[in-house]
Amino acid sequence: MAVLNRDLYIPSVDAWIDPNVPRPRAIITHGHADHARSGHGAVLATPETIAIMKVRYGEDCAGTFQALEFGEVLRINSADVSLQPAGHILGSAQVLVETEGQRAVVTGDYKRLPDRTAEPYQSVACDLMVTEATFGLPVFQHPDPRDEIARLLKSVADQPERCHLVGSYALGKAQRVIALLRDAGWERPIYLHGAMIRLCALYEELGVKLGQLIPATGMAKADMAGEIVIAPASAIRDRWSRRFPDPVVCQASGWMSVKQRARQALVELPLVISDHCDWGELNQSILESGASTIWVTHGREDALVYWCKKQGLDAEPLALPGLDDDGGEGGE
Amino acid sequence: MKRFADLLELLALTPSRTRKIAALAQYFAEVPDPDRGLALAVLTGEMDISNVKPALLKETVLAEVDETLFAMSYDYVGDLGETIALIWPHHGSGELPRLSDLVALLNMTSKAEMPKVIGELLTNAAIHERWALVKLATGALRIGVSARLAKTALAEMSGVDLQAIEEVWHGIKPPYGELFAWLEGKAERPDIDHTARFHPLMLSTPIDDSDFAKLDPRDFSAEWKWDGIRVQLVLGKDGASLFSRTGDDIAQSFPDVVSAAMGRAVLDGELLVGHDFEPRLFNDLQQRLNRKVASIKQMNELPGFVRVYDMLFDGDEDIRALSWEARRARLEAWFQKNPQTRMDISPVLDFASWEDLAALRRMGADEHGHEGVMIKLRTSPYVPGRPKGFWFKWKRDPNVVDAVLMYAQRGHGKRSSFYSDYTFGVWKGNEIVPIGKAYFGFTDEELKQLDKWIRANTTAAFGPVREVKKELVFEVAFDSAQRSARHKSGVALRFPRINRIRWDKPAQEAARIEDMDAFLG
Repeated sequence: MAVLNRDLYIPSVDAWIDPNVPRPRAIITHGHADHARSGHGAVLATPETIAIMKVRYGEDCAGTFQALEFGEVLRINSADVSLQPAGHILGSAQVLVETEGQRAVVTGDYKRLPDRTAEPYQSVACDLMVTEATFGLPVFQHPDPRDEIARLLKSVADQPERCHLVGSYALGKAQRVIALLRDAGWERPIYLHGAMIRLCALYEELGVKLGQLIPATGMAKADMAGEIVIAPASAIRDRWSRRFPDPVVCQASGWMSVKQRARQALVELPLVISDHCDWGELNQSILESGASTIWVTHGREDALVYWCKKQGLDAEPLALPGLDDDGGEGGE
Repeated sequence: MKRFADLLELLALTPSRTRKIAALAQYFAEVPDPDRGLALAVLTGEMDISNVKPALLKETVLAEVDETLFAMSYDYVGDLGETIALIWPHHGSGELPRLSDLVALLNMTSKAEMPKVIGELLTNAAIHERWALVKLATGALRIGVSARLAKTALAEMSGVDLQAIEEVWHGIKPPYGELFAWLEGKAERPDIDHTARFHPLMLSTPIDDSDFAKLDPRDFSAEWKWDGIRVQLVLGKDGASLFSRTGDDIAQSFPDVVSAAMGRAVLDGELLVGHDFEPRLFNDLQQRLNRKVASIKQMNELPGFVRVYDMLFDGDEDIRALSWEARRARLEAWFQKNPQTRMDISPVLDFASWEDLAALRRMGADEHGHEGVMIKLRTSPYVPGRPKGFWFKWKRDPNVVDAVLMYAQRGHGKRSSFYSDYTFGVWKGNEIVPIGKAYFGFTDEELKQLDKWIRANTTAAFGPVREVKKELVFEVAFDSAQRSARHKSGVALRFPRINRIRWDKPAQEAARIEDMDAFLG
């Protein structure tokens, strides 16, 4: 029996990892909508991921929940299952399955740059690595996010009469941007779109300090000059943004390194802040794992599969349905 | 270089024209010579670093990056320069030299040495600077900044009139030290050869039927308004130039016109294409304008010519201060002395009253497709810019058609939260086929109403585009209609705009495709 099937089903455990349709038993890597869905029978995940799922989909979004702490090993039938930090967002995990001496890791989404809102990524030795490839092209070389935040703060200082709207994915990216702003010394209140509020509150409850956050709706237009608002990109490009004075449209995403993409999205200040590995980090992670077989789930899988083969590794794309090619960083 | 890189990025991403101008003006005011002059040359397309071509850059990168991965990346990014900037795998801690030193370095480096020099520069550049570096080296900016915009910023910075800057522009060279010295009041206006350069054009103002009561027809002359592009033909002692209305020299695209010109003068006229001075449709001219260098085949099929209507210099003599009547006499005499094969004179129309002219205008539109008539005060000097009361354009009445709104797209800049770009169509059998797109002709208040209607009546969304219920009728005005293989309807409109929103009109009563035949010549 294989440790893991190509649809991320674990036969020995009788469970699917991040299934995109309701399944009796599911192991969830993290809370983003293309990985965590409602309607499964039993869900196994980190306590943080379970909390996120309950906030997003309701308390009864799965039949039962079983929390597993990072590093804790659960014996199910003939398999040892554990969750290892993926560094992507709060609670995000890689799934490690070991049966009959064979080790398989499913990374989910992951990143390696420092981020105080997520447990730092840990490299896990394995025989089979199932990796994402959201930024799987060598043109993606993510800069230090602190430099990007410095550019944002410079723009705010240079244009005090305007309001800066930072387009961010509501789960993970938003809280990371806020944390980066705080760490860069921004002490003013940060204003939130409604879609961000519950998740920011949850991060706070789980111990991630974000400072003073205020709902952006209901503020007088003139009072928002010189302020920073965090909102989903779709709201910024829509009627919602008309309430702010001469807004500077910013977007925090790994895609923003491509100018053409920033221009198409009508972004005036692109901030290259990604919650995924860049090309070099994907390469490094694959080599560090020692895996001889690499399956690539979603993103720019062709390039990463090509690169793996050039390293003498056995590699193939999985083409799983339902995973977001843009890694939740795309925008609309 | 960092400063220049920041400027380019801002220009590429800021939708607001005002803000672009302000950023340029600030740059020109704060950055010292010769860096700012070189930046100006890059922005206005006057800089060519001859040893750096895209192929050489690509070769440099392929020495460091796997070819297949490069191809996949290029395919994804879509722009060669940007792919190179993003993919370069080495990161150093050095700094790029200042702009002028960088340009000097690139200009002095031989072809053989260039890959090594470029590689070192890319390694030392910060990620944000690399993009600017590649843009600079290849000269292909494509960031939505025209030469005109850069000059407008110079005017803004110095308070010197834009026209005055245009006057000297074609006689000066990078790094424009004398220009900046003049703009900052530290030197006299640069001295330039007045015949060999572009002279800003005199433009007309629109006129309405109601304006004629105050005007005596005897004071005015009239000509057809030709449907080509405005050009200035400068026949100097060192050769001929053909300038577009913005001062770009397009002689390379029209060697047939330029090489056939005889004599010395600066002439104002309309560039057209056609055999035996019989102008063809604007569409045909467009085909030649699209080509930087003309092909023999094109020149045979669509020969260019200039229909001249004014003269600025007669030989070396500046006659712009003379009256239109006197200039016209000079022009006709000059044509007598200098027989031409690719130039003729725009004829003067014969009319005694405004009613006569109105009838001529209608006849010209109906029978020859003329855009309208130009009306010129006989005593007017040639004044650059758009002076009031001298030249008028009296456009023919627009064609109108009732069309149904099909799709709406979000606009740009200030309008990015509004659905402000509209695709509309007419009935063809039981379906509606698109005939055009328009994004102006309505007030801000109407835009808000349209935006609301579109959101409430969306049937499908594709990215920034919404498909709507086929229920709202626009009265669309347009200058002319042409057959088009590219449109499903087989019809393309020229200069369409929303004339009125027909909230009252049912979609069933909108035009049918057969109705468009009346507009197709």
